[in-house]
Amino acid sequence: MDMPVPDRKVLEAKPQIVARLAEILPADAVISDAEGLRVYECDALSAYRCPPLAVVLPRSTAEVSAVLAACSALGVKVVPRGAGTSLAGGSLPTEDCVVLGVARMNRVLEADYDNRFVKVQTGRTNLAVTGALDGWFYAPDPSSQLACAIAGNIAMNSGGAHCLKYGVTVNNLLGVTVVLMSGEVITLGGPWADAAGLDLLGVICGSEGQLGVVTEAWLRILPKPEGALPVMLGFGSNEVAGACVADIIRAGLLPVAIEFMDRPCIRACEAFAHAGYPDCEALLIIEVEGSPGEIAEQLGRIKAIAERHAPEVWREAASAEEAGRIWLGRKSAFGAMGNIADYMCLDGTIPVSSLPYVLRRIGEMTEAAGLAVANVFHAGDGNLHPLILYDANAPGQLEACEALGAEILKLCVEVGGCLTGEHGVGVEKRDLMAVQFSPADLEAQMRVKDVFDPGWLLNPAKVFPLGASDPRRSGRRVG
Amino acid sequence: MGKYESMRPVNEAEVCDIVRGALVASGGLSLRGGGTRGVLTGGAVLDLSGLAGVRLYEPGALTLVAGAGTPLAEVEALLAGERQRLAFEPPDLRAVLGREGVSTLGGVVAMNAAGPRRMQGGAARDHLLGVRFVDGTGAVVKSGGRVMKNVTGLDLVRLMAGSQGTLGILTEVALKVQAIPEAGVTLAGPERGALGLACLRRALGSAFDISGAAMGAFGCWVRIEGMAGSVAYRAGRLKDLLPGWEEVPADWAMVRDAPVRGAQVWRLSVIPTEAWAVAQALPGADLAFDWAGGLIWVGCDPGLDVRAAVAGRGHATMLKGELKGEARAWGDEAPGVARLMAGVKAKFDPRGVFNPGGMV
Repeated sequence: MDMPVPDRKVLEAKPQIVARLAEILPADAVISDAEGLRVYECDALSAYRCPPLAVVLPRSTAEVSAVLAACSALGVKVVPRGAGTSLAGGSLPTEDCVVLGVARMNRVLEADYDNRFVKVQTGRTNLAVTGALDGWFYAPDPSSQLACAIAGNIAMNSGGAHCLKYGVTVNNLLGVTVVLMSGEVITLGGPWADAAGLDLLGVICGSEGQLGVVTEAWLRILPKPEGALPVMLGFGSNEVAGACVADIIRAGLLPVAIEFMDRPCIRACEAFAHAGYPDCEALLIIEVEGSPGEIAEQLGRIKAIAERHAPEVWREAASAEEAGRIWLGRKSAFGAMGNIADYMCLDGTIPVSSLPYVLRRIGEMTEAAGLAVANVFHAGDGNLHPLILYDANAPGQLEACEALGAEILKLCVEVGGCLTGEHGVGVEKRDLMAVQFSPADLEAQMRVKDVFDPGWLLNPAKVFPLGASDPRRSGRRVG
Repeated sequence: MGKYESMRPVNEAEVCDIVRGALVASGGLSLRGGGTRGVLTGGAVLDLSGLAGVRLYEPGALTLVAGAGTPLAEVEALLAGERQRLAFEPPDLRAVLGREGVSTLGGVVAMNAAGPRRMQGGAARDHLLGVRFVDGTGAVVKSGGRVMKNVTGLDLVRLMAGSQGTLGILTEVALKVQAIPEAGVTLAGPERGALGLACLRRALGSAFDISGAAMGAFGCWVRIEGMAGSVAYRAGRLKDLLPGWEEVPADWAMVRDAPVRGAQVWRLSVIPTEAWAVAQALPGADLAFDWAGGLIWVGCDPGLDVRAAVAGRGHATMLKGELKGEARAWGDEAPGVARLMAGVKAKFDPRGVFNPGGMV
């Protein structure tokens, strides 16, 4: 993976740049020493690291605005950062950039149950949004929800297990306060359903920190359901489990979540969370919500469909505590796998009807590459997370793993899917964009960035293949 | 204009030819699906109904891909055959706007149509998986795809939804569809006015997954949908929550299709708890409330200052009628937002070909 050559002039001007930031912000909000910068050298895509020029941790929209205006005037690139949990390298710094972290902006500004929204500063973590509510919840639930910030959720248009029913971030985002690279503060959307003009809010969501820094957000909230129950289904093969998922969707049942794990992942998660996962080839965790009677009604339908696929195991959570452990196991899957090997997590999405075929092909391709893969993913919406296992200390393994990952993502595009369903492009999938998009498609996307950030200073080396964005990043073409 | 004298392209290549063509330089194009809901702008009418045809329908993947000119009714009939539907309930505005014609999928998407289920299931934008369009330079651009979750690249899908034909000509759209629930019930209560709206908000604040909450001359209604046992259970619990409410037959298509009449027709998107106060500022108007007050339909005479009544509590769009002076049917954006919109317009349609005098 290549990154652009750092701007020598900016590197040489570090003392002046840091001095300028120190004029704008309190002393504890600017980090420029080598030890302090190392904390910010990577996000959750930790295979790539680079300490930035400086880090700023503003406490208000006004401070964010001042920082961006100053960096804009000085021609310094800015990499926004939520909680640094991106699996795609969305907040990977470059040597010549200032990292702008919003973690200190974490307050709840307003919770309005009657109008069904909460307004928060975006440094607040996903789980802490629901934590601040009484009887209500914010639906999108990325697995990293304990740690990840709403800022990053908006930047990546994050999903999660329960998005099958409730939609992803863009479906639950009502409005934002966003600061442009120029320092200008803009409000898009708000506490009512429709705003004037083009849907720029929808464009900001998922823009990977390339259009502006979102400091505040109005989020749609929902009353908590009366109850929820996960059920575990074990199958003798990945393909049969995939076929069962396709039948459930086809039948018009819409559980809140349908999660899939294969044997390597089941074993690692069980060792980690002791959730009582059965030892089988493939496991589905299906969650339904409602009153006890409603839960029984849904499970009855699901069981009738599942039985056509002869499941080896059908187990309903016997208690709230057991239900909690089942989800802990699933949500810890990446961490649990990390205990046994280095891994690369893919995020391609495919039509649900292609699940059995794609799972078989992934198995064949992995075997041919001499690597191992563990599958854990959101089966109901076709969002795959194959984890390719490798040994970072063995020469050539990272490269072999990346090559296999690229082949799997190409397969996803081939069957009508996409490179990334919820993690974002970042640097990780940047160079594969041409597999999914034509030059005209990418040009149209880059034109939108031209409008929001004419100087291409905000997170510029991400999303678009470097060759495609080079004329803009190097200033040879403005807009 | 040569070989496309009818200005009714039947495929994407013809659309590209027309956009690149000379005619466009003088006066631009007024994009038309079926002409049933859109804003009528200046320019030569470009009839897009020829871009019709369902390209892919996978009921098992809840996915439909079709040419943008495909009639909405054809799609709805196809889906109904598999017991599926478009969850966002696109309204039929022909009666209220006094239009004729055949509504198309492209028009539904370009106007970001939404019905009573919006507060539960979203608008067209929330079900739009992918688009293909021709930009103002005649280039074909695609964004999104046909899968349920897709964050690959900048989201031009959302940008095109609701853009009212100002940025490009939609040629193909991919939509997520939904299974039709096996049961549905409407409960009605005796409350009206501020009290009625409070009842609707109370229902929405319950765990009973409300898919409609409307009030008007027709009554004060709450809708629930789902499996038969679940609907019966929730109906019972809602009757406990709202004493005196009873099951009634209900025509939600009437609620969906703007249940007001007037020389002017407005669609107000407001903070639900402010809805009654906004309504009080509209004396003599024909009013109906949807989304528990989040949407107010207004039918009125030209004398009424509807925007003044909203007064910072929401957004007002005029669907029918004439406005005086500089006022715009879709309202004004804040200056910063307007500048970004103009910037996007200049990038996608640099010659100002599409819908001159339109929203942007």
